[in-house]
Amino acid sequence: MTDETSAVVARGVRKTYGRTAALDGFDLTVPPGTVCGLLGPNGAGKTTAVRVLATLLRFDAGHARVAGHDVTRHPERVRAAIGLTGQYAAVDETLSGRQNLVLFGRLRHLPSRTVRRRADELLDQFGLTDAAGRSAGTYSGGMRRRLDLAASLITRPQVLFLDEPTTGLDPRSRNGLWDAVRTLVADGTTVLLTTQYLEEADQLADRVSVVDAGRVVAEGTSAELKARSGADRIELVVRHAGQLPTAAALVERITGGTVRVDREIRQLSAPVADRITALAELLRALQDAGIAVEDVVLRRPTLDEAFLHLTGDRSGRAGTEVAA
Amino acid sequence: MSTTVETRVPSGRAEQAPPSGPLTRLRWAVVDGWVMTGRNMRHVIRSPEEIVLYFSLPIMFVLVFGYVFGSGMAVPGDGSYREFLLPGVFVMTMLYGLGATASQIAVDAGRGVVDRFRSLPMARSALLTGRAGADLLRALLELSVLVVCGLLVGWRWRNGLGDAAAAVGLILLLRLALTWLGILLGLLVPNPDTVSVIVFPLAFPLTALSNVFVAPELLPEWLGAIAAWNPLSATVAAARDLFGNPGLGGGSWAAEHALLLAVGWPVLLIAVIAPLAVRRYQRLSR
Ligand SMILES: Nc1ncnc2c1ncn2[C@@H]1O[C@H](COP(=O)(O)OP(=O)(O)OP(=O)(O)O)[C@@H](O)[C@H]1O
Ligand SMILES: [Mg+2]
Repeated sequence: MTDETSAVVARGVRKTYGRTAALDGFDLTVPPGTVCGLLGPNGAGKTTAVRVLATLLRFDAGHARVAGHDVTRHPERVRAAIGLTGQYAAVDETLSGRQNLVLFGRLRHLPSRTVRRRADELLDQFGLTDAAGRSAGTYSGGMRRRLDLAASLITRPQVLFLDEPTTGLDPRSRNGLWDAVRTLVADGTTVLLTTQYLEEADQLADRVSVVDAGRVVAEGTSAELKARSGADRIELVVRHAGQLPTAAALVERITGGTVRVDREIRQLSAPVADRITALAELLRALQDAGIAVEDVVLRRPTLDEAFLHLTGDRSGRAGTEVAA
Repeated sequence: MSTTVETRVPSGRAEQAPPSGPLTRLRWAVVDGWVMTGRNMRHVIRSPEEIVLYFSLPIMFVLVFGYVFGSGMAVPGDGSYREFLLPGVFVMTMLYGLGATASQIAVDAGRGVVDRFRSLPMARSALLTGRAGADLLRALLELSVLVVCGLLVGWRWRNGLGDAAAAVGLILLLRLALTWLGILLGLLVPNPDTVSVIVFPLAFPLTALSNVFVAPELLPEWLGAIAAWNPLSATVAAARDLFGNPGLGGGSWAAEHALLLAVGWPVLLIAVIAPLAVRRYQRLSR
């Protein structure tokens, strides 16, 4: 895939705020008609990346193209091709929901009849018809979020940027949003979405880029990333603290991994490769040894663990200091 | 969020090819500015308490200055002080409108909605020109109220409707210049609350050192000179002339060329301030 035919391209983008580099050699390529997930801890630079690509922010070095247009040289062409739902709702709080959509539609230079019809469709699609006449300032957080999403879909964008689109949405609205995104993508729209939830990336994204300290530190399908983010773990709680050493020896023999013991809560945990087989074998062995087990959990790495693994110990740190 | 509705969604490609020539750009700037004017007018309609405030202030100006101060004031030549005063009150009302302009822009600039405006393929200037447009409409409303008030307290225009309309035009031209000043101010302040702190100390001396309340020739000479060159004075003097109200006179160059200055001052102010404001807006949050 060349830079010319990609829907979104960033090459070595750098953006600093004082001594903090929000983006520090940020590279990204998104093929047209796909969904790319940007995953990363707080302060990783996700929002900064989206704002740079959506022409809201000038950057210091590197270059970026969106929908085939250079972001710096032809921002107005980029704007005509994109939709944006930022991390914080960008609607007019005084106007009603419908007035908002009509306003943004007219500013996209659509004929007013088209705009009105489209506004009603979107209000319906996002479950806002009943609140359409109320001023957006009276909307709940989730409703405002939905209005914001609707506002970025007045025309079908070539490239849609969604910055943590489902934060603050209830499960029903979240599923609705996911459906809307899938429909758009089926029609050929490219989507770049940032998220804190591995599950969301799992559900929607064709490929995921993990961002940390202003650069992409890992890239791949979500399955690939999970495989790289460490093995599953088995955790079990025994009834009698006295049996902990025996149990630990058994767990170590069967999983072959290092066992962590927490005496306080009588818990053992160890990484497992062969999930189900290991679990069955372990339970049998424990029963044979007469060890009473109170609880057993087999779990995938949590998002925290994935972050820790992929982003090293730097995750959670805000930006990198620029060498003076 | 309910089921997806089957629709033909307008594509981002077809109807909105970005502006190419300077003429298309200009047309867009005008259209978008007008759409934003409509948006700002809808804000006014949605907060009726503000409309009441709009109109109570100018009415109060007429009553307080006309009756409380007016009883003891002298007018050069003859004529009623209230008739002398009214054009000044018109202009003073325009000046105080600057505060509203500035705080509205500051409110807009601080809100998330600006991000959406900036991500749309609309003219960059539209947020500002839309503000200017709405504030001019508002000024027109305020002036209408003032004219009615004025007629009730005995003020008249005496040189025919054409001249009166020209006077109103000059007053609105000054308001346009003040609007741009307000816009620039609104973009410079850290938050909307700061505006009121700045506007009064700015506006008060401007009205005090003008011909709004007192004819410059009745002031000490050096104060009179400042008052005569004050942009507000130029518009007030030109309006008095066109309305046929008393209070003309004074031999200074500024007083004799009031009409020229009433056009020149605002045009100069707009030419300097509007580009600064647009530049400042483009650099916001970058
Ligand atoms: N306007 C600004 N001024 C100074 N620093 C900023 C500014 N905007 C962002 N930063 C810094 O840039 C870094 C990246 O911020 P960014 O908002 O892009 O992170 P993020 O990945 O979106 O985080 P989150 O998950 O919390 O939304 C952070 O260290 C942040 O403090
Ligand atoms: Mg963010």
